[in-house]
Amino acid sequence: MATRDIAGTTVQVNEEGFMTNPGEWNKDIAVELAKEEGIVELSPAHWQVIDFCRQTAASSGKAPTLRTITNGAGVSTKELFSLFPKGPAKKVAKISGLGKPEGCV
Amino acid sequence: MTDETRKVAFICSKGNLDMAYPALVMGWAALGNGIDVTLFFTFWGLDLINKERVDHLEIAPVANTSMKMSMMGVKNPNLGIPNIMGVIPGMTAFATKLMKDKMDAIEVPCVREYLQMLVDAGAKLYACKMSVDMMGLKKEDFVDGVLDIVTAADFMDMTEGSQIIFI
Repeated sequence: MATRDIAGTTVQVNEEGFMTNPGEWNKDIAVELAKEEGIVELSPAHWQVIDFCRQTAASSGKAPTLRTITNGAGVSTKELFSLFPKGPAKKVAKISGLGKPEGCV
Repeated sequence: MTDETRKVAFICSKGNLDMAYPALVMGWAALGNGIDVTLFFTFWGLDLINKERVDHLEIAPVANTSMKMSMMGVKNPNLGIPNIMGVIPGMTAFATKLMKDKMDAIEVPCVREYLQMLVDAGAKLYACKMSVDMMGLKKEDFVDGVLDIVTAADFMDMTEGSQIIFI
C-alpha cells in the first residue's frame, strides 16, 4: 500500500489516489485534495456534501452513490454536478477520504 | 489524465422496459465519471422520451427466453413461463409489475426520473427526425430536456470523437 503526504499528514492511498483509511482524513486534507481536483475553495455547500458522505460511510462502511447523496444531503443533481464538475462520483469520494462509490445509481 | 474530455453517445432504439435501462445506467455512470453524454432516441426508443409513454413502458413474457419462473421465487432457475401463458390478457402487465417491483427493491429510479437525473447532470437528449416523422410526433410530445429533433447526419456530426453505443 502506497502512502503520500497531504496537508502535512502521511496517509495511505491506493493506486488511484483514493485514501484507504477514512480515519486518517481531516478537513485540511479535504481542502488539499479538492484543489488537486480543480476545486479552489470548498464552500459551505461543498462541506454539506462532504459531511454527508463521511456520515454515510461511517455508518455503512461505503462511499455513497450520487443518488444517495442527492436524496440525503439536501443538494439537487444539478447542484451536485456544479459543485463537483466533471465527474462528481469520484471527486466527492476522493475529497471525502473514502473509496470509490459502490453501486450503479 | 488527458485534457480531452471523453465522450459517449447512446443510440436508444428499444422501448421495452428492460431495454430502457442500459443507456440510463451507463449514461449516469459516465456523467458521474466526468464523461460527456449524448442520447439519441430512435424508433421504439422514442417511447422513453414520449411524455405519454414513458411511465407505461412494459416487458412481455412472450418470446423472452430469459424470463423464468425464478423471478417469482421458484427455485429452479431454468423453469420457463410457457409462451401460451404469456398471451393470456394481463400477463404483460404482470411481468411489468414484477420487474418494476424488483427495481424498486434495489432503489432504481423509474425511467422518467432517471432521464431527469441525466438531464440535470448535463446529458444531451435528441430525437431522431425520421422516427418522429414516421410516428407523427412533435417536440411538445417529449419530456423536458429533449433539446431537438435531429437527422442521422446531424447526430453523426455532433458525436464526432464519441464512443457510440447502440441499444
